[in-house]
Amino acid sequence: MKLLTHNMLTSHVKGVTKGYPLLIKATEVKVNEVEFNPQFVSRMIPKLEWGALVHAAEELGHRQDLPGELVQDFEKNEDFLKKVHRVLLEVEVIEGCLQCPESGREFPISKGIPNMLLNEDEV
Amino acid sequence: MDAREENNVKAVRRSKEEKKLLRKQIKASHTLLKHEGIHTAPQPTRSLVVANGGLGNSVSREELSAALKEMGEMESLLMPPHKPYAFVTYRCEESALKAYTHLNGQKLQCGESSVMLYLAYVSSVTHEEEASVPLPEGLVLLEDFVSPEEEALLLAAVDWSSTNDDVTAQKALKHRRVKHYGFEFRYDNNNVDKDKPLPAGIPAECLPVLERCLRNGHINVMPDQLTVNQYESGQGIPPHVDTHSPFEDTILSLSLGAKTVMEFRHPDGRVVAVVLPGRSLLVMKGESRYVWTHGITPRKFDMVPACEQQSPDHVTPEPGTRSNLTLSKRGTRTSFTFRKIRLEPCRCAFTSACDSQGASSTPSPSTPPPPALPCCHADAARLEEEYVHRVYDAIASHFSSTRHSPWPRVCHFLSSLPPGSVLADVGCGNGKYLGVNPEMIAVGCDRSSALVQICAERGFHAFVSDALNVPLRTASCDACISIAVIHHFSTEERRLAAVRELVRLLKPGGHALIYVWAFEQEYNKQRSKYLKDHNKEHHGKENLTKNTSEDRREPHGKSAMQNSGHLEEGYEPVDKKQDVGKVTDGKLSVHTNRTAFNTQDLLVPWHLKEGKKQGEEESGDGGKRNKRKEKSTKVLTNQTRIDSNPGLSPGFDASMSPGLRLDTDDATHSPDSKPSPSGTTQTSSSHLKSESESHLTPVFHRYYHVFHQGELEQLCSQVDGVKVQSSYHDQGNWCVILEKD
Repeated sequence: MKLLTHNMLTSHVKGVTKGYPLLIKATEVKVNEVEFNPQFVSRMIPKLEWGALVHAAEELGHRQDLPGELVQDFEKNEDFLKKVHRVLLEVEVIEGCLQCPESGREFPISKGIPNMLLNEDEV
Repeated sequence: MDAREENNVKAVRRSKEEKKLLRKQIKASHTLLKHEGIHTAPQPTRSLVVANGGLGNSVSREELSAALKEMGEMESLLMPPHKPYAFVTYRCEESALKAYTHLNGQKLQCGESSVMLYLAYVSSVTHEEEASVPLPEGLVLLEDFVSPEEEALLLAAVDWSSTNDDVTAQKALKHRRVKHYGFEFRYDNNNVDKDKPLPAGIPAECLPVLERCLRNGHINVMPDQLTVNQYESGQGIPPHVDTHSPFEDTILSLSLGAKTVMEFRHPDGRVVAVVLPGRSLLVMKGESRYVWTHGITPRKFDMVPACEQQSPDHVTPEPGTRSNLTLSKRGTRTSFTFRKIRLEPCRCAFTSACDSQGASSTPSPSTPPPPALPCCHADAARLEEEYVHRVYDAIASHFSSTRHSPWPRVCHFLSSLPPGSVLADVGCGNGKYLGVNPEMIAVGCDRSSALVQICAERGFHAFVSDALNVPLRTASCDACISIAVIHHFSTEERRLAAVRELVRLLKPGGHALIYVWAFEQEYNKQRSKYLKDHNKEHHGKENLTKNTSEDRREPHGKSAMQNSGHLEEGYEPVDKKQDVGKVTDGKLSVHTNRTAFNTQDLLVPWHLKEGKKQGEEESGDGGKRNKRKEKSTKVLTNQTRIDSNPGLSPGFDASMSPGLRLDTDDATHSPDSKPSPSGTTQTSSSHLKSESESHLTPVFHRYYHVFHQGELEQLCSQVDGVKVQSSYHDQGNWCVILEKD
């Protein structure tokens, strides 16, 4: 699971109202190099929940020095875009779990894939 | 035959085709090398491989041999079972050269169709001799057990003219007709009412035969129950074990009329095909009666040893004759099955298959009956779990390998989204749409973790989730697609919930594209690809034991139907039923692949391709495999085929060696069926029908609700905050584009 995916995922357990962002408990994290496309990254940034991304990067020890608030004119800041690229697309949780911040329900991540299936009583 | 042959081989357009021919040839030799380990030789030799001239392509030995003989004296002609090629060795190189010159790139007429032959020299011809496979323990085949006169007398004793009479409990089953004497065998419980004998006992004409059986010691007590089955060409009976409790050990089956091939399968996976000639008696005792299933695959041709007439023994052909096979067209066969009603519980040694000793009344290799349409939420979820999620997980890699080409109109939708759009593909299958527009931020989810794994291997963003509860933030997506997913939900309420969930994900102004399979496979006079392609079916490979024979589909198109009819259809067996077929009491019916739908809610069979290579690779990486497959198809199968005769497809693909098969087959609907929407995974136990008995062709059944025209729009109109922007029919699917307010 890359942090781009994490940024979009939310807990959907029945009754939970504040299921976002999910906490990450990683036991194995990998960094894979992915081709950097500044334009793609800049287009992606407005679609993100910035705070959640920074928090997740922090949890995994890959925050670098990303600011808590989104910077202005990031489109032209290649250094910044590279850092975002790294956390969004290169850092990957291979094993561990995602935890619902409200209910505590854990969703396993195995071989890089989060399993977000709910049990019958959770839907 | 000479005159005829001349006509058989027709020249195709020549000169301008030469390059093409060369290309094909090269491709064909690559394919042979890659998949079959056959090395072609650059210089002339005495032996040639004849690509497309194989039993697997519905080419019979007689037809091929006639054409080859014209070129010189042949030393041998090997036609390996199921393979799309054959090997010929001539006495001298000149003949081989002549064959190469005259036949390469030429069409061979076989039956009503034709194939384009491609020849290449090979330095040596080898084929594995299979060790001869023994008959199942307890099985005896006695040829010429009755004389032609007795045969005529017996056949005349059965009066088929009345329908459904109560005297002999005559029934027309889906794949054969039956009559019972003495006691009626009930297909609903696979048993007999021992205290309700039928008015008609075993016909007197049978007595001399039965007395002979007694005298020869095949039985030690007179049977009191007779079931007569009549099979037309193309009909059959699903694999089954005769229920233990109603009948004594020995079961006699007298074959009259045309010969057929009966397959015996042991739960451990052994398969033995036995040729049953007309007028032969099959005696099943012990293990062969209690444990092995027996069945007849519905098809119109069987693969049988070419030398059969001379061979006295149908069960153990001479060594080395394995490639000495040809096709035998089936005719009408009538079987008389004599059984003795058992009065005490069965105490056989095969307890796991014994209903008297606690085994389920349908012993292991049989299939549970089809489910009924759900009437509550919990039932629906259970149905989908078993008939959607588990199936997709079990067939994931094979499924994925059949889903390599994205649908053009879906791609068009995706390509038209602005760069940087966030896309959710709910029910993304192997992720084939996730990479279509690389400027999008695309995430996919599927119920099947096996399929999601394939997405991840391809580098896509994907997670496992149900389509009814997608763990994505509300209003986070610019677009959503749901391709071939919602038809897997078994109640309208759930289908509606799936649409609602998609809409929830959309931002205001966002669009969702939904594809579902259409009841109407023919629209505006156009038949969908699904119907047109009904040539794909495939065949599991059986343990071709020698003389056994194997099958072959009909040369032309119908076969597919036929074939897919094979395990899944319903017909009842003489005893244990195995099929899910019929539509009875509100049960879901099993669809015959590549045919029009008769009902909206149904089970669609998926024949898992086999072939070891495939199997192994299968679990590995989807991507690679696809490529490989694609290639193989093109080369040998389709392409050649198509060139050679566009009309003919059916049957063909399949035939190619099982290992190469590509895909397709059955199930899919057209465009792409995606896996599961909601569901997910594990292994399907449910309906694989015959998985345990043959690992050869496990058949899985997926539940579908196919949509009527207008139904999808109507469904979407019930969702607030969204409108149907457009709707269309695309290759057998109903499609809508929704826009969120």
